[in-house]
Amino acid sequence: MRRQIPLLITFVVGTLLIVSVFIPPFGELETTFNIWFDIIAVFAFFLGGGNLLRVHIDKLRKKKRDWPFSIVTIAGFVVMLAAGLFKINNPGDIASAVDAPGSLFSDIFNSVQYPLSATMYSLLAFFVASASYRAFRAKNREATLLLIAAFIILLGRTPFGVLVTSWVPDSTSLLQIPNMAIWIMNAPNLAGQRAIIIGIGLGVISMSLRLILGLERSYLGGEK
Amino acid sequence: MGQPDTAPLDTAVFADSGAVTVAPVESLLAEDHKYDNGRAVDLSWVPSIDDQLVDSKALGYRVYRIVDGGEADSLADLPPFAAAFTDGSVERGHSYVYFVSALSPSGEFPSVHTAPVKPEREWINLSRGWLFLIMLFISAAVIFFVETARRGKKLFVRKIAGLEAIDDAVGRATEMGRPVLFIPGISDMDDVETLAALTILGRVSRTIADYDSKIFMPVSRSLVMTAARETLKASYQSAGRPDAYSDDMVNYVTDEQFGYVAAVDGLMAREKPATVFLLGAFFAESLILAETGNSVGAIQIAGTARPAQLPFFIAACDFTLIGEELFAASAYLSGEPRMLGSLKGQDVGKALAMIVILVGVVAMTMSEAWDVGVMENLRAWLVRVFSTS
Amino acid sequence: MPNLGVIISLLIIFGGLAWLLFRSLTGREVKRRVIFVFIFVAVAAPILFPITFEEHATPVVRDLFDRIETLPRGSRVLISFDYDPAMAPEVQPMANAISFHCLTRGHKVVCMCLWATGQTLLSNTINDVILPEFPNIIDGVDYVNIGYKAGNEGVLNVIVSDFKKMFPTDVNGVPLDSVPIFDEINSCADFDLIVALGGGRPGPKEWVLFVGDPADVPVGVGVAAVVAPQLYPYYPRQIIGILGGIKGAAEYESELAHRHEQFADMDKPGLNMMGPQTLAHITIMAFIVIGNIAFFTGRRRKDR
Repeated sequence: MRRQIPLLITFVVGTLLIVSVFIPPFGELETTFNIWFDIIAVFAFFLGGGNLLRVHIDKLRKKKRDWPFSIVTIAGFVVMLAAGLFKINNPGDIASAVDAPGSLFSDIFNSVQYPLSATMYSLLAFFVASASYRAFRAKNREATLLLIAAFIILLGRTPFGVLVTSWVPDSTSLLQIPNMAIWIMNAPNLAGQRAIIIGIGLGVISMSLRLILGLERSYLGGEK
Repeated sequence: MGQPDTAPLDTAVFADSGAVTVAPVESLLAEDHKYDNGRAVDLSWVPSIDDQLVDSKALGYRVYRIVDGGEADSLADLPPFAAAFTDGSVERGHSYVYFVSALSPSGEFPSVHTAPVKPEREWINLSRGWLFLIMLFISAAVIFFVETARRGKKLFVRKIAGLEAIDDAVGRATEMGRPVLFIPGISDMDDVETLAALTILGRVSRTIADYDSKIFMPVSRSLVMTAARETLKASYQSAGRPDAYSDDMVNYVTDEQFGYVAAVDGLMAREKPATVFLLGAFFAESLILAETGNSVGAIQIAGTARPAQLPFFIAACDFTLIGEELFAASAYLSGEPRMLGSLKGQDVGKALAMIVILVGVVAMTMSEAWDVGVMENLRAWLVRVFSTS
Repeated sequence: MPNLGVIISLLIIFGGLAWLLFRSLTGREVKRRVIFVFIFVAVAAPILFPITFEEHATPVVRDLFDRIETLPRGSRVLISFDYDPAMAPEVQPMANAISFHCLTRGHKVVCMCLWATGQTLLSNTINDVILPEFPNIIDGVDYVNIGYKAGNEGVLNVIVSDFKKMFPTDVNGVPLDSVPIFDEINSCADFDLIVALGGGRPGPKEWVLFVGDPADVPVGVGVAAVVAPQLYPYYPRQIIGILGGIKGAAEYESELAHRHEQFADMDKPGLNMMGPQTLAHITIMAFIVIGNIAFFTGRRRKDR
């Protein structure tokens, strides 16, 4: 029963949503289901937050490895929650926007969350360099093509790309680096992206059919 | 239906004398919106001849509606050059008449009324007929091959290097005494990639349980955590090792993308996993995770259906499942004939796509380069067939 | 004319790269942390000693610019801030430039977000650009902030046919029925242009699939550079213009500064960041060359 009910729900909802694409009176069903998911998504916030607190309080109580960092996690969680719920320092009343300028929520977001996230994202600059150094080796024909394309795109995204081939006449403008970069993006890259997207679409259809028909059940826990 | 009547109307009803007059709109047509639940009416008209790009006298248009012979209500104000409007607030069982006024600084200049139109419900969206047939064809192909496989016919499926390497990768972790790290992406359970990752987890965790390796699985969504715990528990039970399972194997970190990445990177640096699985929906954090895994010397098997992240995984990981290979993985790993049959059905869809692309390219080339009329018709037909709106 | 700081930085970087190139001829690989140091200097130096380059809008950027420029005054533009602080360095300059452009052209701007983190970034655009540069505009008449709604594609599926069902009020709790901008807006189909900013999910692709294409509303996008390639299949039909990464932002800012004097005097972070990007790209290209030389000379030594 524990597996039958989720499978039945999956089958009914999946089938109804497919049908709703072709039968207009059922079109509003899709809107209704989406609103229901909206509600479930909001409740998931409670689930996640509660679990996070439970894990870190447990770590703190049992003094597990690296437990001092759990204090930081819990403190950050509680402070932001309070700041957003009670609109601490908000210029307006409790119904005002949670991120109104001058509010504690907005100040912490702008001074902590924003720079920390941007810092993590900026690690990509370093990792792109180290990955490029390691990966772009002309080991074989395909790798050499990849190397050449990467070079053209890298150069084409800078003003030097314009300078290097500025002498090329307009009649052969495709040989200018920025134009070559644009051609690589619009022709071979586009073709490859489209092929991958078509393959993914078909993969999703196949996977979704397996899920709707109950052939694929391991996401529910264990073999079928 | 919806044709303008011939009764003369007072024009310039609302204008002051000596004012700026504009010609009303012409050919106002009201039609029931096709293939809906009777909730919309489409209006179209030819804009006022005084609605010009330069020195225009018309300021815009105002749409009026009369319900069941009652009073005229203003429905919407539209900018200049507007020539169409959809009234999405109608109900079945009522009769609607419309007129559109051209607006000038001096007032309004209404058009003739439309004939009454009654919105109707269509039960079948015929404009998506081709989409339905294509969907049926591909679904039928999947089901056909599933049934064929069920009856015992052997189906050829090419080797996928990343999936062949899973057993060796887990074995490596066991020999080195280091854990396996499984990252199911950062999307929620409503993303089919996450479901694909969890179905692979079900297969991979069976191997991990058999080999008695350790697994860490930090997740970014609480619903994924719950599902992953169920999957792992069942795998350990079916491997006969229920005592080896612990809820601590799967823990929720944070929904925030880079907070999650920071936590996982820290875990990689401290625990130094021998094997890392990066399967599911990834975004900008893909390269950060993959490079960190590479720096600790882990063997990495990645898979995602995000084309933007594939290049990063290919550059930084040992094996990469590209797009559809991620969805095929669970069928492939199970080895079950019915699951493999669904892969063959997918291939039929791909064959159809390749044929249509080839025909379309030839048709388009011939119609553009040599103006071959029949090819232009073929091209237009293909666009109509594969259009979803 | 580059200043002394720039010259010294360039000398350090290129000198170091030349030394690594020499080492690579002996088959020696470069350690990861050395690469990181070079990237740090290549990015930090142009920030400390600014160097800017002239930018010209490419067709994918110019198409979006021209659309906003030529829309009739009073057109309704929906801007969706679907990104987080991580993407903000790339996308925020675009958000600011596009918002400025729309309001300069007299368009009615509706701002919303499908990401919870987008709400604060949206507020930043309003507080840093909209309010200071347009002190006379009125909230609700010229622009409105309707905030964030959870539900991803579910939100799009609803607003494509009934906007107010999903957003009954603006971010301050004012019912949209009494917001003048929304007098003429019942659904997404009533907008003249949608600008989707971001690059994750939900993002530009979802806007095209669930709103732009079904409701036949033009969609322009501003995305992080890594996402731009996957949107080219939709250009120019479903997506009318693409701003990709810092370069896209720089090109848009450059075009905007040429056509609108008021913007020429404003801060242009996209253009400012092209200096670090250019130097970083050159450094990466140099490392690729060094890596290949080390690989081939090392292999030749092994064969011997």
